[in-house]
Amino acid sequence: MPDTDTSKNVLIIRPPKKWSSINFRELFEYRGLLYFLTWRNIIIKYKQTLLGIAWAVLQPLFMMIIFTIFFGNMAQVPSEGVPYPIFSYAGVLLWTYFSQAVTMSANSVISQTNLVTKIYFPRLLMPVAATASGILDYFIALVILVVMMIIYHVSPGPIMLLLPVLLFWSCVSATGVGMWLSALNVKYRDIRHIIPFLIQLWLFATPVIYPNTLLPEKYRWVISLNPIAGIIEAHRACILGHKPIDWLSLGISICVSSLIFATGLFYFKKMEKTFADII
Amino acid sequence: MGNIAIRIENLSKQYRIGGKVQKYNTFREILMNITKSVIRRLKGGHAYQHEEIWALKDVSFDVPKGEVIGVIGRNGAGKTTLLKILSRITEPTEGSIELYGRVGSLLEVGTGFHPELTGRENIYLNGAILGMKRAEIREKFDEIVNFAEIEKFIDTPVKRYSSGMYVRLAFAVAAHLDPEILLVDEVLAVGDSAFQKKCLGKMGDVAKAGRTVLLVSHNMGFISQLSSRCVWLEGGKIQQFDSTSAVIEGYLKAFDSSEGEAEAFFEEDQGKDFQLLQARLLNYEGIIAKTFSCDEPVIIELLCQVRKNVPGLYGYLQIMRSDGGVVMVSDSHDTVPNPLDELALGRHSLYITIPARSLAPGQYAVYMNFTSRMSSKNFNVDSPGVISSFQLDDYTSLRGNKRGGYFSTLLDWRVGSLPKKNRKIF
Repeated sequence: MPDTDTSKNVLIIRPPKKWSSINFRELFEYRGLLYFLTWRNIIIKYKQTLLGIAWAVLQPLFMMIIFTIFFGNMAQVPSEGVPYPIFSYAGVLLWTYFSQAVTMSANSVISQTNLVTKIYFPRLLMPVAATASGILDYFIALVILVVMMIIYHVSPGPIMLLLPVLLFWSCVSATGVGMWLSALNVKYRDIRHIIPFLIQLWLFATPVIYPNTLLPEKYRWVISLNPIAGIIEAHRACILGHKPIDWLSLGISICVSSLIFATGLFYFKKMEKTFADII
Repeated sequence: MGNIAIRIENLSKQYRIGGKVQKYNTFREILMNITKSVIRRLKGGHAYQHEEIWALKDVSFDVPKGEVIGVIGRNGAGKTTLLKILSRITEPTEGSIELYGRVGSLLEVGTGFHPELTGRENIYLNGAILGMKRAEIREKFDEIVNFAEIEKFIDTPVKRYSSGMYVRLAFAVAAHLDPEILLVDEVLAVGDSAFQKKCLGKMGDVAKAGRTVLLVSHNMGFISQLSSRCVWLEGGKIQQFDSTSAVIEGYLKAFDSSEGEAEAFFEEDQGKDFQLLQARLLNYEGIIAKTFSCDEPVIIELLCQVRKNVPGLYGYLQIMRSDGGVVMVSDSHDTVPNPLDELALGRHSLYITIPARSLAPGQYAVYMNFTSRMSSKNFNVDSPGVISSFQLDDYTSLRGNKRGGYFSTLLDWRVGSLPKKNRKIF
């Protein structure tokens, strides 16, 4: 962001200061563009696909089936007394959102080179529109969860009202990671190659296919340093109601997410001004 | 600030070579650079070797409200950098700019167009990207569709559009942008000639409506039709800022004397899929020349490098007089099929022949542009601009070099009978 002053219908452009603050007013003015970028991301994702938006359901569904066969049945991974399919789906649901949001967000700037080099708008909209556009998929994939809750006689409790809050925090977390990676990606294209590995490793470092109770209680907080771990664990507890929410681990994950978000925002703002020159 | 729309003061922009020229850094390159700099330091030299270039240096000028100002200059003179700073895409290193009024910038038509989206969807998306509010787009929607003449295809994905339709739609959205200050870069060099005229008309309206326009182009024809005054940038500095005719004359003259060679070389840019590397003017015998007789053809030889297949690529040529007036326009579609479409990878020599006895004696500049309406990146694939100049002398006709007019064609004068259709008239 250049040092600008739009107060009196005059725009002043000067060399950038070392640290520029976030221009919230400008971000608000560009909310229309955020809407259109998000809408575009949603539309183009399923254009010219045979199954269209059904993919939003099929991806987590197939993941759940594969996990159930390999981890639930063959490897006998414990699932805290809950049937493994619904146990893993309750995790896979939010994991799918998070992993896709991170991947899209991380590539959001470099995949839109023409926008970066040809037009001005707050660059932050790119990683944010990427994480925002995945939310719809999450809600569509909820349909399967409802079906499974009926099949496995899991009745929803009032604690389920926490789900939107958890979705919000996973969005914050994904956006934080997305801001870091998308800004780094402009400078170092290695990031683009690292992301698939990162996501795969991250899945195993997250209690999606296993419960965090698999770890000794003394070290359980360590896994919560993973910004999405505590959130996914709480997400599952909310849906299944099989155990109380682990507030400590959720708190740690939320703190780590906030930290990543704040530093990511800071780094993105710092790098933003060089995007057009080095992309 | 009453009458000023744009005030530019001591504007400078520095690029670090290696930051701009290299496509991107990878960890491996960085590791190698660190190793190299350590070795260099051990040898007692400097740790870093930054090569810095000033794309713009101490540029200052004011643009009064309601005026259309042209910006000309060779490739690398800083024209695009100036526009990019003005439109806040990149930031200045020194100096300041004050812009009084809402700014709209058009560095490319169709920025953000997505091939999978329909015409309707793209109008909304592109409008939002250009800075229009949703209500504003809705209000102008029908006008945009009419201007682009695509009513029937409005709900078809734009990837199924013909290249002409695509460009028309893209320009139509841009043309309905309603800023007080409009920054335009070379975008008019697209579309068929009828649509170009329509665009020029629209641009003229914009100027008449009291809007301030900064127009960057290689195309002297557009510049002289649209702008009253002109800035000529050379090596990042202002060479001349005067009335358009004076600046264009100076510009073409300078080109003439400084590039005394009849050969021009262009630096290789790996980022370009297609590029002109070398240009020279030859006579019939294949001898390089700067001065030709009206009785011999002028052959423009262009050595081109194809790095990636560019579908729909065509060349565009303008021959200009020294006052900037365009006397001849041609593109590679003049030859059917267009020889530049579907060129194989590698180097090719391209010859364009201006027939003998066509142009009047005088001094001419040759302007080249390579464009594709189907290119995934830019409409302008390579824009070398004014590449060469030549002198034509008339030794044959009675009046010789004093002949005047635009053509040197010798006409058939006869008494008695109507000329026969089949007889070849020279």
